[in-house]
Amino acid sequence: MTELDRRELLTWIGATAGLSLFTWTNEDVARAAEGVRAARVQATPPQRYTPKFFTAAEYATLVALSDLIIPKDARSGSASEAGAPEFIDLIVAEQPDRQTAMRGGLAWLDTECRRRFDRAFLACADGERRQVLDDIAWPRRARPDMAHGVRFFSTLRDLVAAGFFSSKIGVADLGYLGNRPTVWNGAPPEILARLGIK
Amino acid sequence: MQVIRSPKVYDVCIVGSGAGGGTAAKVLTEAGADVVLLEAGPMWDSAKDSAMFAWNYDTPTRGWGGDKKPFGTYDGCLGGWQIDGEPYTIGTGAWRWFRGRMLGGRTHHWGRISLRFGPSDFRRRSIDGLGDDWPITYDEIKPYYDKLDEFVGIFGTNHAKDTGLANEPDGIFQPPPSPRAHELLIKKACDRLKIPVVPSRLSILTRPLNGRPACHYCGQCGRGCATHSNFSSVSVMLAPALRTGKLTIVSGAMAREVTTGPDGLATGISYVDTATSAEHQVRARIVVLAASCCESARLLLNSKSTRFPAGLANSSGVVGKYLTDSTGLSVSGFIPALMDLPRYNSDGVGGMHLYVPWWGDNKALGFPRGYHVELGGGFGMPGYGFLGGIQNFPQSRGGGYGADLKAEYRRYYGAFVGFAGRGEQVAREDCYCEIDPNTVDQWGIPVLRFHHTWSDHERLQAKHMQETFRTIIQEMGGEPTSAMPAREQDYGLAVGGLIIHEAGATRMGSDPKRSVLNAHCQAHDVRNLFVADGGPFVSQADKNLTWTIMALAWRTADYIAEERRKGGL
Repeated sequence: MTELDRRELLTWIGATAGLSLFTWTNEDVARAAEGVRAARVQATPPQRYTPKFFTAAEYATLVALSDLIIPKDARSGSASEAGAPEFIDLIVAEQPDRQTAMRGGLAWLDTECRRRFDRAFLACADGERRQVLDDIAWPRRARPDMAHGVRFFSTLRDLVAAGFFSSKIGVADLGYLGNRPTVWNGAPPEILARLGIK
Repeated sequence: MQVIRSPKVYDVCIVGSGAGGGTAAKVLTEAGADVVLLEAGPMWDSAKDSAMFAWNYDTPTRGWGGDKKPFGTYDGCLGGWQIDGEPYTIGTGAWRWFRGRMLGGRTHHWGRISLRFGPSDFRRRSIDGLGDDWPITYDEIKPYYDKLDEFVGIFGTNHAKDTGLANEPDGIFQPPPSPRAHELLIKKACDRLKIPVVPSRLSILTRPLNGRPACHYCGQCGRGCATHSNFSSVSVMLAPALRTGKLTIVSGAMAREVTTGPDGLATGISYVDTATSAEHQVRARIVVLAASCCESARLLLNSKSTRFPAGLANSSGVVGKYLTDSTGLSVSGFIPALMDLPRYNSDGVGGMHLYVPWWGDNKALGFPRGYHVELGGGFGMPGYGFLGGIQNFPQSRGGGYGADLKAEYRRYYGAFVGFAGRGEQVAREDCYCEIDPNTVDQWGIPVLRFHHTWSDHERLQAKHMQETFRTIIQEMGGEPTSAMPAREQDYGLAVGGLIIHEAGATRMGSDPKRSVLNAHCQAHDVRNLFVADGGPFVSQADKNLTWTIMALAWRTADYIAEERRKGGL
């Protein structure tokens, strides 16, 4: 370690010395982390996302499925507005163990739609799409011959939910209130009362 | 390539900058020693490098970190279970080895659970006839626990008088944060079951201390704290050591072996500069290995010479033996009372506010050692893996899609609690690491081969954990989210090493034929060689290791300083 490194390290370690002991404020703490956060925040994503793993047709199907699973409602936007399809594409690109099952699952869905309606999922009408999903979205009551579709859809539902609820839109929807400096006063009394805790 | 030799002879060379190495560096530099500290990884300081307050949605994978960050993108530890170019192999059974590669080591992301061992933990053989007693007693290490409490800072309560748990010693505690809602709900059920739930003991400041501000309750200790309000070796130990002007840190220094002189004493460390692959030798009058339990054993085993054919400090053949990890398993439960709960910011400190210390009487239980229970739950920051498998949740609609499903996720958010048991494995000679004769790492350093299995002592303890956690969940009116694993599945015990509490591979003892180190963590065979990590432990306890690693390191460094004053080293 050079002397310069040593000084630099001491400077980092000393950075919080500016936070005086008894009077630090939330703003002080926020400032301490701001540089780190700024460096990590992603640039605004491009308008048209180019999938890393899925083909254009697969990706279009994925977007449609995502919004069927988590649609826009009175409280918040849809899965695709929250970036869930991009997240799923990146995860599948990074996790090779998932790739065949995801690609194969989309192909299974198209095959099933062709068998029933003579066209691929994307070309089907909304009611036709839902007819197939109704047969694979409920594992406990699905017919045994739908098992492959069921397995795919359960995985997809997990990914879409993670993609949606971990987004800025989803975090607000859930009402997660943390990730900020605060003064800890314990759980609010009205919540404890509701739980019957004295 | 020529070996680059340092012209300077340092007083002490410490290998490793984590909990043990950091503590030794602080104590020794403050005692006036010129110390050189070797760290295999890069420089890192949380004020500059931590991801505090970053959102999962700031990463494309929403917090999933892959092999390089197995605990998530923002986890404050560089390293992992697999490190490119640094393999290890398995002989018997199974083992996973997590290695930190950064200044401060694994102290950046650990749980800050800082439990002193109790009087019984140093004399288990006397109590149940298994393993060995330590060569020191609780009373001998107590002053160092006290120093840590006061200098590092820890919150908790002295509860032994009320709970009757005599093996949970009192400490010098800052006030604990008040409990979260789900923790109080767990406590309510446990009160009825006569299971003690008490404030946890974490090295996170709830009051300012020694120039470090108190916690701001973002719950992200594992990312590294930019305000140094929790313990890390860099923030708390290396900072004062650097201020003495007596500490030289060499990062990117992968230790290869301990060098020795004609008198059989250690003369320093040879290491590889990981940036240039150049071979270096640093000279020192005293060597302290704090490279982590297994890395320090590896260093000794690789330090072979005609004088020490089985490796340095290994005339006993015990280096690498008696390797243990904590036992571990988790059970989570869905709690209907927590469904649709109004939101509050439950982040708190980066860890549980309440926990369960070991309360059982092993004489009545059919297995010899205990465990503590770590509690989880609350409204965490949503990220990768959020509420996966909703179709199987108790009382769920069983899957589906659309607006009803979206609403269902909202209802389940915060409605789960988790119980993680962390217990004591009985140390055995046949759980060990050794040098693999066939494999080297990218620098040509022979790697470790592990042998590790569980015995019925651990399996029966795991069964007790499973039954207890399921009983608590039911008492809360909830349902476990998994089925009880069978005996053939070791009742759900995690593979050894996964709990990241390796200990015992260079154990202490009073008999040089059955131990590597004496009661001062000084090698029986080499009087200027010491170990200051989890290696010296004679036994695990039903408690996490770090507070004891640091107390031992502090005591060892005090001994070295005193011997230097007396001219004994």
